[in-house]
Amino acid sequence: MIRLTHVSKVYPRTGRVLDDVSLHVAKGEFVFLTGPSGSGKSTLLKLVFMEERPSAGEVRVSGANSASLRRGDVARVRRKLGVVFQDFRLLDDRTAHANVAFALEVTGAPTAAIPGKVNRLLTQVGLASKAQAYPRELSGGEQQRVAIARALVNDPFVLVADEPTGNLDDRATRGVFQLLREINAAGTAVVMATHNLELMRRSDYRTIEMLHGRIVADSADPSVAEREAARRAEAETVTP
Amino acid sequence: MKLALREVLLAVRRAPLLSALGVVTIAFSLFACGLFGLVAVNIRDALRRVEERVEIRAFIADATPVEAVAAAMGDIAAFPEVAHVDYVSPDSALTRARRELGEFADVFEPGVLPGSIDIRLKPDFRDPRTVKAVAGRVASYTFVDDVRYGEDWVTKLYQLRTIATIVGLVLGVAFAAVATIIIGTTIRMAVLAREREIAIMRLVGATDAFVRLPFLIEGFTKGILGGFLALLLTWIASALIDQALGFPTAFFAPGVAALGVLGGAAIGLVGSAVSVSRHLRRV
Repeated sequence: MIRLTHVSKVYPRTGRVLDDVSLHVAKGEFVFLTGPSGSGKSTLLKLVFMEERPSAGEVRVSGANSASLRRGDVARVRRKLGVVFQDFRLLDDRTAHANVAFALEVTGAPTAAIPGKVNRLLTQVGLASKAQAYPRELSGGEQQRVAIARALVNDPFVLVADEPTGNLDDRATRGVFQLLREINAAGTAVVMATHNLELMRRSDYRTIEMLHGRIVADSADPSVAEREAARRAEAETVTP
Repeated sequence: MKLALREVLLAVRRAPLLSALGVVTIAFSLFACGLFGLVAVNIRDALRRVEERVEIRAFIADATPVEAVAAAMGDIAAFPEVAHVDYVSPDSALTRARRELGEFADVFEPGVLPGSIDIRLKPDFRDPRTVKAVAGRVASYTFVDDVRYGEDWVTKLYQLRTIATIVGLVLGVAFAAVATIIIGTTIRMAVLAREREIAIMRLVGATDAFVRLPFLIEGFTKGILGGFLALLLTWIASALIDQALGFPTAFFAPGVAALGVLGGAAIGLVGSAVSVSRHLRRV
């Protein structure tokens, strides 16, 4: 479903931000991606929704391969995934309903089907009563719910969330996280980058830890941490 | 398309001042071109009127049979360069000379002036070489005593026309280039103002073509509106100049004016296409 194989990413100015990352996310899985700022979490997610291409290695997302994907096909891949950000990225001059509908409209969905689907999704995220509110009239948690509804509108197989609770208070964080759990329980995979240890502790989802552009631990594969420890030890021996 | 039009309206509603600024910038850039065009049109018009006076006059020997002159006139009229051929009898020549040189009317006595064939050339054949060639062919008729066409005057007129054409072209290209750069920058500002919207559109799976379409419509519409506004400003300027000079000057032919407006639309369309494509390549 999502597979990264020996992926590296180097930016001309900032240098290497991902270093030989391999990862597989299975259908319906919930994965936490954690690590300090600058560890490469956001870049990894950008590679998943094809905002960036790897400098080396290969990213496969639902059959699409980063090595052979044409620019024109990126839009089609994105329609299969939903993406949510810390800063919500809503269109300020449109209502909650219009923001969600917009994601359907750009894909050329039949006009008659749009209002019903949007209303269903806003109900699912608990915002049916605020469908006509503009983003500025909503709290942070509510705006994130609109963003989640928008991400789900094309029935994605995976929801990619880059620190979706980073701007929210505890109560809103719990609400959004609960919503993500429900979405996952309904069969949609979730890959969520977060710093929130509390959320990770409260659930037993797979947790992948990143440091300096590498995956240094994976709760689903203890050998990853062992290999990383061995690699670090070897590096320290070579460079005293 | 309906969705793209809605996006254009939303963009205008969101930033009406920026949209109006875009139209006004396009209008003033094209207005500058229009003013230059107006000067060029009037210079060309004046030169054309002077050129119309280019004439070859073949003086006919006395006692030439009328049949020979008529036959020669038929031949000359069939030259591809020739627009019009006239026979001027000695009497007509006398009357004309007395009319044109009124102060010296008494100097001319009947029988002093010879008859002539006056030849006018088509607009594209008034350059010195062609005039000289036609004059040479006319001079080859045995009954033609002399041929006059003001060689120096034709040469100078042609040089003036060449200089005016080159200067006009260079300045015209410069004006058009400056207008295109200014309009391109204005459109780029409009694209940058909607950077966030473009990012969100692409995030939710909009294709590049879908993102591009509203910008193309907007650029085209701004170009058309700017073009019309520029035409109106140029027309007002022309009317004011006429008033100041006290005589009517030439204005653009309807086809040229329409071409100017369409040019504005084309600059708006191409400018938008280039700006948004560059932006899309970057994100």
